[in-house]
Amino acid sequence: MSEADEPVEIQPLPLDAWHRERGARMVPFAGYEMPIQYAGPEGGIMAEHLWTRAHAGLFDVSHMGQLMVEGAGAAEALEAVMPGDISALRPGRIRYSLLLAEDGGVLDDLMVTNVTEGEGATPRYYVVVNGATKWDDIAFLREHLPDEITLTHLDDRGLLALQGPDAAAVLDGIVPGAADELSFMQGTSREWRGAPLGIGRGGYTGEDGFELSFPADRLAEVADALLADDRVRPVGLGARDSLRMEAGLPLYGHDIDDTVDPVAGGVAFAISKRRRAEGGFHGADRILGALAEGPASRLVGFSVEGRLPVREGAAIFSGEAQVGRVTSGGFAPSVGAPIAMGHVDTQYSAPGTPLEAEVRGKRVPLTVSEMPFIPHRYHRKGAAK
Amino acid sequence: MTRYFTEDHEWIDVDGNAATVGITDYAQGQLGDIVFVEVPGEGTEVTKGGDAAVVESVKAASDVYSPVTGTVTEGNPALEDDPALVNTAPESDGWFFKLTIADAAELDGLMDEAAYKAFCDTL
Repeated sequence: MSEADEPVEIQPLPLDAWHRERGARMVPFAGYEMPIQYAGPEGGIMAEHLWTRAHAGLFDVSHMGQLMVEGAGAAEALEAVMPGDISALRPGRIRYSLLLAEDGGVLDDLMVTNVTEGEGATPRYYVVVNGATKWDDIAFLREHLPDEITLTHLDDRGLLALQGPDAAAVLDGIVPGAADELSFMQGTSREWRGAPLGIGRGGYTGEDGFELSFPADRLAEVADALLADDRVRPVGLGARDSLRMEAGLPLYGHDIDDTVDPVAGGVAFAISKRRRAEGGFHGADRILGALAEGPASRLVGFSVEGRLPVREGAAIFSGEAQVGRVTSGGFAPSVGAPIAMGHVDTQYSAPGTPLEAEVRGKRVPLTVSEMPFIPHRYHRKGAAK
Repeated sequence: MTRYFTEDHEWIDVDGNAATVGITDYAQGQLGDIVFVEVPGEGTEVTKGGDAAVVESVKAASDVYSPVTGTVTEGNPALEDDPALVNTAPESDGWFFKLTIADAAELDGLMDEAAYKAFCDTL
């Protein structure tokens, strides 16, 4: 499957003009023109990456699909296609989950928030899916959700991510109290300038941070309010990728896709304990079998010797035998060296295993590494602030 | 010494049959932060328009072509320790390689500085 093979109409993001005013270089991605990096001395992937780790980066992630699944029995309906314990997810809680094809292949990875408004209210789940897969996801969900469950594409909403050690203090400046209310993987909502602002604590950089959902036609107001704080700078898609790689988080369509089950894809942690015991999700036989027997291959991280970046597609060797392939790779600004992620045969997946990647006919030594490459700094409940 | 430019954003300084090659300030700006440069070793035969070096930004790898045919006399050793020289001094200390030109007539098709500037303005 290749996105490039399909004629896709490139759409502008709600903040298209906002990005261009700030000197963004726009590139086509997931059907949108997206900012890859910004101009000026503060811009560039390296500077934007390091700024996010030191202060707060503002990312436009409006290309992602925001969906609402609601109705009596919504949790059970989602459990047919996702392996998470959605029924146990309390209001205001967020879980990472997967959309599974009938054969157990991973169709997408996503975040589910229980946004049910109170005791006895209609169950409602807010689901954020990848931009590149959202149209397929919507079609798949429409096909598999029972008729009494309503699926709404919230395409009139935009999404921003504010990430970094200063994110909580910055958010507190425009939405007082919201950061205090939330720990990692919790969500809430506020009325902000007369419109609903959805707030979730989490993100894709390994840093503490928030995702903010607001009407698309007024998203620039939120972006401007955040950027008015000196601790915030806009950050593009380029640094988003290097940050998430350092955080050891998989990228759908690269590190995981529909050819792997969650076990081989390294995302088996998304399968809850109860669901492992009970099954009843797409591909349960295959996936529970893979859990019991162990996968034939695993997604691992690699630390790369030297400075030559090892990128997606590079073959991984142990001696003369090809034992895997790189699925994400590049230079890691906070590590100060190249890093990579990829699938290797399980016998070569232990941290410390020395392997080689082939880059332009040359062998580059690398070592299977623990992930994340940079420690996560999420704001977990009970942890020091 | 005369400086010429290619449409692929290389520059070449020519002094008799000796030349120095690098990428332009415009090119480094397009590539962004450069983290690795692979330069050809002494004795490498390069051809006009053929692959001669590789420059890696945070995001991607790009080929650098030789503006003329010739034999490499030296790759820039400074780029091994400090690839970011290509960002900070693309048209001086951040040169890629030196070579001996095989056929000076190949220079005829290249642009001078004014023509290159006009070319960049159309991009």
